[in-house]
Amino acid sequence: MRFELTPRTNSPTVMRVFASVAAFLTAFLIAGFVIWLMGRSPIAAFDVYVLQPLSDPWSLQELLVKATPMALIAIGLSYCFRANLWNIGAEGQYVVGAVLGGWLALRTHGTDAGLWVLPLMLLLGIIGGALWGMIPAFLKTRFGVNEILTSLMLVYVAQLILDYLVRGPWRDPKGFNFPQSVTFDPSATLHPILEGGRVHYGAVFAAIAVLVTAIVLGRTLFGYRLKLTGDAPRAARFAGFSSKATTLAVFAISGGLAGLAGISEVSGQIGQLQPSISPGYGFTAITVAFLGRLNPIGILVASLVVALTFIGGESAQIMLKLPLDLTQAFQGILLLCVLAADAMVSYRIRFVTRGGGK
Amino acid sequence: MKADVPPSGPPLVELKGISKRYGDLLANDGIDLSIEPGEIHALLGENGAGKSTLVKILYGVIEPSAGEIRLEGRPVTIGSPVEARALGLGMVFQHFSLFDELSVAENIAVALSDDWSLSTVREKLGEISRTYGLALDADRAVWTLSAGERQRIEIVRCLLQNPRLLILDEPTSVLTPQEAEHLFTTLDRLSAEGCSILYISHKLEEVRRLCRRATILRAGRVVATMDPRASSAREIAALMVGSAVGEIRTDAPHHPQGETLRVSNLSMPPAGLHGQALRDINLVARAGEVVGIAGVAGNGQSELFAALSGERLADHPESIAINGKPSGTMGIDARRRLGAAFVPEERLGHAAAPTHSLSENTLISHAATEVSRSGFILMNAARRVARSIVESFDVRTPEGDPQARKLSGGNLQKFVIGREIIRRPKLIIVDQPTWGVDAGAARLIRQALVDLAREGSAVVVVSQDLDELFEVADRMAVIHQGTLSPLRPIGEWTKEAVGLEMLGVAQGQGGVHAI
Repeated sequence: MRFELTPRTNSPTVMRVFASVAAFLTAFLIAGFVIWLMGRSPIAAFDVYVLQPLSDPWSLQELLVKATPMALIAIGLSYCFRANLWNIGAEGQYVVGAVLGGWLALRTHGTDAGLWVLPLMLLLGIIGGALWGMIPAFLKTRFGVNEILTSLMLVYVAQLILDYLVRGPWRDPKGFNFPQSVTFDPSATLHPILEGGRVHYGAVFAAIAVLVTAIVLGRTLFGYRLKLTGDAPRAARFAGFSSKATTLAVFAISGGLAGLAGISEVSGQIGQLQPSISPGYGFTAITVAFLGRLNPIGILVASLVVALTFIGGESAQIMLKLPLDLTQAFQGILLLCVLAADAMVSYRIRFVTRGGGK
Repeated sequence: MKADVPPSGPPLVELKGISKRYGDLLANDGIDLSIEPGEIHALLGENGAGKSTLVKILYGVIEPSAGEIRLEGRPVTIGSPVEARALGLGMVFQHFSLFDELSVAENIAVALSDDWSLSTVREKLGEISRTYGLALDADRAVWTLSAGERQRIEIVRCLLQNPRLLILDEPTSVLTPQEAEHLFTTLDRLSAEGCSILYISHKLEEVRRLCRRATILRAGRVVATMDPRASSAREIAALMVGSAVGEIRTDAPHHPQGETLRVSNLSMPPAGLHGQALRDINLVARAGEVVGIAGVAGNGQSELFAALSGERLADHPESIAINGKPSGTMGIDARRRLGAAFVPEERLGHAAAPTHSLSENTLISHAATEVSRSGFILMNAARRVARSIVESFDVRTPEGDPQARKLSGGNLQKFVIGREIIRRPKLIIVDQPTWGVDAGAARLIRQALVDLAREGSAVVVVSQDLDELFEVADRMAVIHQGTLSPLRPIGEWTKEAVGLEMLGVAQGQGGVHAI
């Protein structure tokens, strides 16, 4: 017996929407089963994971705070992935953005530097991420090196650079030897949108990135160039689109957005540099990008959903003593369900038994 | 000869009511076919008629949705090519499955079962080569061989297993006329020894040369089983196509003037490991004429196309002049803006993006059209362009704005050629305009190219189909191992002369046309 996938001739939008909903339900059912196997009540878990965060104002803010970096990074990654280029190193670009932007914050620390500090920090964050992202792009276009490997390895390089800096030259002399920098001055801090709230202006950047990307990908020749490069590389060359220029551009864009996410997180959320400045946003953003089907609006929604699993996972750890790894497992289950639903919308699946093909 | 004796007993192979369904498409619809021992049986049909599907079923590559296969009267199930070979069926595919880096003997040994050592293979190879006149050097690496020689490897590979039925899928599509004649002799001998041959083709002449019985498929059904020698080519063509095929009008007077394209001493190193270098190419195409470039596949046609289109750049701007402008180092977009248009050989993936809609596909040659403005896509304009291509070139599409891959080969080819012709280019370069296209579409495409030339454009057609070139070209040259023969008026060429140029043996023989 074997499977046969035959492409469906038409798959209406209604079916696609229905499939997404079905994918979410299935993912919840599987996760519930796993939780039941672990001896906890799936109902209680659903309450802790989903209902409580969504009904509490503090958690709702936290949701936006967590979704912001993932949305920014995933939006950037969608440029790469559409062009079939695999930037796995957004985590590193995020870190370098934070380091380069953070450098300015530390340089101006204690001085009376004015309003120009913050915008320049953000710009440096973008430049840092973009340059770090262009290293694998350059190696690929110049020497044909696989970008998956180089971008991933550069993550560890970036993390170790940050680690070295905050333990060495950038360590706060009055910080009781903790490996962390001084706290940023107010002039180097990305402020909350609402006085006393937690959501900082990074969320606005993410919203702008979503809007701009929706226009760029859907309405411009550059957007079509990425799609064509991804779907039919020879046709892209035939259309006069240089693949080298495309590669450099998308890595610069996605690196820049990851860098912006990094500096926004450091200056708006953490307030200083420390060895760990991300719970793996750069990697989770890959899941977010695909959950959102590389569509800007989809990515926005997906980043909120994944942020919910992070927050729910933390409270589940406290309230139900469920391990934090379960969150990652659920993110994986969700992604698989969505991809499977996609496949079932596009293809008809048949079981074929040997010899009986009437 | 055995084939002359009327057959007694059951046929060697009998297909009964074979059907194969792909989604909504019925690729084979209740096909009956029988092959007698020692017979050369032709399976004729246009591209898309269902020939390949049928033989893949017979060879165990795909499973039929319904129907029965009988071997010498016994019903059999052929689940895989391995089982097919065990039953005595051998097949030579249109696209070879050989390892370029391995030697001839190694390639043969790989496909055989484990009890064949390399030395036995070498010994047997020599034996078969001598018996059937299939000259092959056992130790040559495959990438150094011509297409004809590669095909011989595939044939020898089948013969080593003593097949009772040999299936050949479009075997002459990669051969020169001389190589094809050589193949026919081999097949005649095999048939005389009692091996049956199922010969798949869409070329009438060779079927009439080789076969006494032909089964004609159209749209997945058998429309006739007949003796191809007893009917005229026109009658058979009508059966294949379903209606009479018209001829191309080329009779309009033309006065070529002005050099639209001049290629001067163009040389280029090979692009990849097994690519073909271009050597000192000279070519002129004038406004108002069709220039044909003949040659066996793999002799530098795709390299020449890449150089002319600007997908690969030359070292010197002067190597290529379009409308008098040195453009050897210009990219493809800049050349389009000079009034040039290009249609590559590969429809899906090169000329068009398979999963993109037709209107999106008009964006591919955006540089010279009105479908974008300052970096933004004008989607309405793109849809309008797509619609007018569909209407002017009789592209039959599923309703709306379908994906390119949903079109049949012929219709997509009409679309990609129409996309270029509709903007009235001064120069168009087309690689294999009608490869794998049904007769009706091929006729429309050829006519459109001729008409474009008659309106004052220069048309360059690169093709492996000699009949096509003789039909449309005003002047023609032959490309062989990256070297282009001089251009001569079409009337001065004979098929034999072209064949010799294709083999590269015409050089230094002075009177080529005398042959």
